Amino acid sequence: MIQEHFKLAVKNIRQRKLRSWLTMIGIFIGIAAIVSLISMGEGLRVAITSQFGFLSTDVLTIQAGGVQMGPPGTGVINPLTVDDTEKIGKVAGVKASISRIVRSADSEFNGRRNMAYVVSIPDGDNRREVERIANIEIDKGRLLKDGDTYSVVLGAKYGTDDIFGKPVSVGQNIVINDAKFNVVGIAKEKGSFIMDNAVVMNDETMRELFDDDEKVDIIAVVVRNVNEMDDVQERIEKLLRKERNVDKGEEDFSVESAKKALETLNDTLFAVQLFVYIIAGISLLVGGIGIMNTMYTAVLERTKEIGIMKAIGAKNFDIFVLFFIESGYLGSVGGAIGVTFGALFSLFLSFIGNAALGSGLIRAYFPWWLIPGALLFSFSVGSIAGIIPAIGAAKLKPVDALRYTK
Amino acid sequence: MKKKKIIVLKDVWKIYRMGDIQVEALRGLNLEVEENEFLAIMGPSGSGKSTAVNMVGCLDIPTKGEIFLDGKNIAHLEESELAQIRGRKIGFIFQQFNLIGTLTALENITLPMMFQGIPKAEREKKAKALLEMVGLGDRITHKPTELSGGQQQRVAIARALSVDPDVILADEPTGNLDSKTGLMVMDFLKKLHRDEKKTIVMVTHDQRIAKQAERIEYLHDGRIVKSFDSDSFHEVEDYHDNMKKAVKKK
Ligand SMILES: Nc1ncnc2c1ncn2[C@@H]1O[C@H](COP(=O)(O)OP(=O)(O)OP(=O)(O)O)[C@@H](O)[C@H]1O
Ligand SMILES: [Mg+2]
Repeated sequence: MIQEHFKLAVKNIRQRKLRSWLTMIGIFIGIAAIVSLISMGEGLRVAITSQFGFLSTDVLTIQAGGVQMGPPGTGVINPLTVDDTEKIGKVAGVKASISRIVRSADSEFNGRRNMAYVVSIPDGDNRREVERIANIEIDKGRLLKDGDTYSVVLGAKYGTDDIFGKPVSVGQNIVINDAKFNVVGIAKEKGSFIMDNAVVMNDETMRELFDDDEKVDIIAVVVRNVNEMDDVQERIEKLLRKERNVDKGEEDFSVESAKKALETLNDTLFAVQLFVYIIAGISLLVGGIGIMNTMYTAVLERTKEIGIMKAIGAKNFDIFVLFFIESGYLGSVGGAIGVTFGALFSLFLSFIGNAALGSGLIRAYFPWWLIPGALLFSFSVGSIAGIIPAIGAAKLKPVDALRYTK
Repeated sequence: MKKKKIIVLKDVWKIYRMGDIQVEALRGLNLEVEENEFLAIMGPSGSGKSTAVNMVGCLDIPTKGEIFLDGKNIAHLEESELAQIRGRKIGFIFQQFNLIGTLTALENITLPMMFQGIPKAEREKKAKALLEMVGLGDRITHKPTELSGGQQQRVAIARALSVDPDVILADEPTGNLDSKTGLMVMDFLKKLHRDEKKTIVMVTHDQRIAKQAERIEYLHDGRIVKSFDSDSFHEVEDYHDNMKKAVKKK
């Protein structure tokens, strides 16, 4: 029975092709936006989580310059020093306080140049700590050890064609800031953009290379007991405020835990997504109003037809169903097209993005609920928009409807 | 044996209110139609013919009075009950044919059966047979716009017959047709009356068309003012002319 109504309703939609398509565009845009944005957003979230996943939870990261934009060490007025690292090492609850230098440098190999991301690793026990917290594992060759001068361990990407057009192998030399370095090891691939593109060298060598004895870009603090994280953080903040002579709330440095950083990022991401959802929501609302408008027009246009159908035995319910199906169909088909385009669009974007970045970092991610949810939602928008016009059509009095002339 | 009265209107009033103005379309109309009777209703424009026929067809309800259809009082029914009676017992034929433009001839004829929940196969078989009967067996997939006026009206007749109703209501069925095509449509109506034993109530302005019926009731100002049977049909022409003149003078 309803099946027959459906056929009749679809026939009516087909009859007005152009208008039906135009009406569906509203829903189509909203749903396409939602699907592509959610899949991109989720993909980004997954990517970020995996980037930060390697950071240990027992580590506090200290940087100068408050909340930092850009690579560490850039644009800092009052940098941290090795002196700060030592003082923090004496704070109660701190197991290790490690100075780290993180810089960008010119690298050269195979006649090609590249901007390298260089990080330092300290001597002694702290070497083990850094290897642990940064999760450095060797794929080929060996890790750095104390006393290695002008030697480097390279991130996994250097073992491929990606950076210099040909892989760097263990034992070969690579030029960094005009100094020759011997490659002692290639690290395992971590799936993290930073880790896989990093160049690791001993602290001493790095200080010599950059001609800098004092400055520290990041102090990595390993706490004795993870449960004391917050307390230790407070103590360090207090100490640094005193050292640097700043008031609470006006800190020119930051002390962050990896977990916090991830949360902050997630919050930012969520805020961006929320904004985008609101816009997509408005677009869907407009789409719904478009359907409603089309349905009102359809009811008006077909008033005489409604009268005829009633005269030959259509019940109010029949008329309601006919129009209701029509609007639901407009919503669903618009939604289905929107889902398809949205999904293709985000796959396309991630393809472009990865081609530009040369990594598999950006990946569209489709949670299981996304596509059925979007379809159900578009059907609901269409149906809800159609309810009032459909009721209006059903309630028309047969004589009045028959009498109606355009 | 006295025949059953299938349609009875008792003191039926229909008053339309439009703001302050009241239009009394029917003013105490009394009318009886027997089973298998062929009745024509004549009357000047605005005399209430369509209003009366629509009420018999359950398209509207009277302001006052009683209407019995096959013994059942339909004057106070709800829309849902009216729709049911309409769908099963009444077949409408309109002046403007009123076919649904997006549907083919066959689909137009099957539509009333669809609303009655008759299965598809049965519907199509019956619709094809009806199209054959009205001589349009080769126009199954034609849309209304692809048919002539006379052909459209024949499809409409087939549609009216599809649910096998007891009563056929025809409001100026030949009004939009030339006289030759009109007479052909009349032949179909007469055939329905004679062979299918349908009760037919037909509204018309044209006394030549009206004379094809068994009886003519003349409506004026919302009530019956004169009845003619086959013996007095020759008086209709003069009566109608005088009436028209009288209405014009007013
Ligand atoms: N829905 C309505 N609202 C207001 N007045 C109406 C309505 N329907 C009919 N009327 C009025 O009722 C009167 C009778 O109308 P009706 O259509 O029954 O006349 P008719 O005899 O069929 O005329 P015609 O021969 O022109 O078709 C007319 O005066 C008309 O204006
Ligand atoms: Mg009329």
